[in-house]
Amino acid sequence: MAIKVLHAGLATTVQDAGRTGYYHLGIPLSGALDQYSFRAANLLLGNAEDAAVLEMTMLGPKLEFTQDALIALAGANLPAKLDGVAIPNYEVVVAKAGSVLSFDYLKDGVRGYLAVAGGIDVPVVLGSRSTYILGAMGGFCGRKLQVGDVLPVGAVTGPSHLGRKLPDQLKSVFPKDVQVRMLPGLYFHWLTEASGKLFFEDTWCVGAEADRIAYRFKGGRPLEFAPRERPFGAGSDPSNIVDAGYPIGSIQVPGGLEPILLHRDAISGGGYAMIGTVISADMDLVAQLQPNFRAQFVAVDMAQALVARAKYKQRVSELRKALTS
Amino acid sequence: MSLPPARYSFGGDEHIFVELNTEMSLEAFFKGMSITNAISQRQILGVTEICPANAAYQVRFDPDLVAPDTLLAQLKSIESELGDSALELNTRIIEIPIFYNDPWTYETLMRFRERHQEPSSTDLEYGARINGYASVEAFVAAHAAAPWFVSMVGFVAGLPFMFQMVEREKQIQVPKYLRPRTDTPKLTIGHGGCFGSIYSVRGAGGYQMLGITPAPIFDPEQGLPYLKDFMVFFRPGDIIKFKSINRTQYDAALAKVQDGTFDLRIRPVKFALQDFLKNPTTYNHKLTETLYGN
Repeated sequence: MAIKVLHAGLATTVQDAGRTGYYHLGIPLSGALDQYSFRAANLLLGNAEDAAVLEMTMLGPKLEFTQDALIALAGANLPAKLDGVAIPNYEVVVAKAGSVLSFDYLKDGVRGYLAVAGGIDVPVVLGSRSTYILGAMGGFCGRKLQVGDVLPVGAVTGPSHLGRKLPDQLKSVFPKDVQVRMLPGLYFHWLTEASGKLFFEDTWCVGAEADRIAYRFKGGRPLEFAPRERPFGAGSDPSNIVDAGYPIGSIQVPGGLEPILLHRDAISGGGYAMIGTVISADMDLVAQLQPNFRAQFVAVDMAQALVARAKYKQRVSELRKALTS
Repeated sequence: MSLPPARYSFGGDEHIFVELNTEMSLEAFFKGMSITNAISQRQILGVTEICPANAAYQVRFDPDLVAPDTLLAQLKSIESELGDSALELNTRIIEIPIFYNDPWTYETLMRFRERHQEPSSTDLEYGARINGYASVEAFVAAHAAAPWFVSMVGFVAGLPFMFQMVEREKQIQVPKYLRPRTDTPKLTIGHGGCFGSIYSVRGAGGYQMLGITPAPIFDPEQGLPYLKDFMVFFRPGDIIKFKSINRTQYDAALAKVQDGTFDLRIRPVKFALQDFLKNPTTYNHKLTETLYGN
């Protein structure tokens, strides 16, 4: 069983739960940016929850199935058609041998997930099938899909769940205006007190440079770093630090101008002061922000971050409960 | 020189970031190495990544397995237990050939001249002048003379940050480009702030470009002998000695890379920080003897 790529889409990659243990060598977590939707697609099919899927970005691919396959779509609303006939998101459908899956224009969110019963069967590299594009490793040949690629699909072991749907209350919604919770810290204290407040007051627009590595935000007032003696080795800009590791989800503001939020393909370190880190519970939400969507950052403390995390985990376990039978 | 106590900060609910000093020094780097080694030896449940950096380190953890405050307390106690213990490192010294002033980084720097502080100079001419060297040759000689510590690996896969093992007043310092380039040749030798780097992959970059090495340092295919163990070659704590090579030597090395026979000169070495600090020049001389002796 295989999937032929007839059109690649804008940025279609193989992703799974991600790669752990190599961040100290510059190899980031990777994996599906919206982990909840990725898991929903797999669980619908009865796949292992962390089986490899296709992450599709804004513009879907066009794919041909060489044999009958069960598929499920989750995440962004990329309206899908099988041989020209609309099929629903969040429902297990059969793609017959020779049928072609295509997508209309994106309706909301950014990243859609296509899971196939059996999972996308690319080689495991350092414990994961996820694509890390900067390192040209993992996924399918370490890159975005291209026309002519043929993706292997794993053997199906469990029973068929054809027709299974996700209850509406377990589907994510992707609003245009969001609140993103972050824990201030790291080099937050390098900002002037006034700037530290402005950052949370202003509304920030997602810029055109928003990808798996980082989201850049625009439209807020410039941030000011308090005067301080330049530390040896840090560089000359007030936003420069001695190069250090970047937490995934951390926000840096080079030159005080445009906040850059690192996501799962993060560059692992560098020389810009980070002013805080988005909490784990809100990283899926960030992954579904389109350019020009608006975000307001909300400061939380660790206790609130852990409550939000528990709530997120609770939602994932409801997903499992609804789909494990 | 003794360091101030470390500064701890949570990076969201999954990271603890620890700044060992705001400024770069070998002491801060060594403290980070010894703490991160101790953390990995303790195999703390829930810790998934341990990342030493130049003068800082961070750990990534699963707060469902270890409470953030519990882990924070453990890290602080490791710091105080280690104190100012004698800092020694069993590591390796590696010779890396560099073709300085090569045509590929020259072509690239000319393409991005408008992003540079001094568009009328090359990166090498600029670096030589602002560091007080009479010529590019003298600047290159200083760059290749004393060895360098790999003080962090990251940014992208396998990219080493390197800190030259000389007194602070002799350290080469250059600003980064005014605006980062969108292109840097693979295996470019760069310099920014007080750090050297080797661009493990082609891509964006802001460091001044000094030359290029024929030696791959990151390869998921693991084609060369020294990459058989792992696709990333460098580790924090490695010591690098550069060797200046010319175009003919570069081309010969590249041919060997292509047929899979290229290898690096690598020797095991023990490094003792206090001995080094007493007389860096003598100590570096001994290190070089270890590299080239039998």
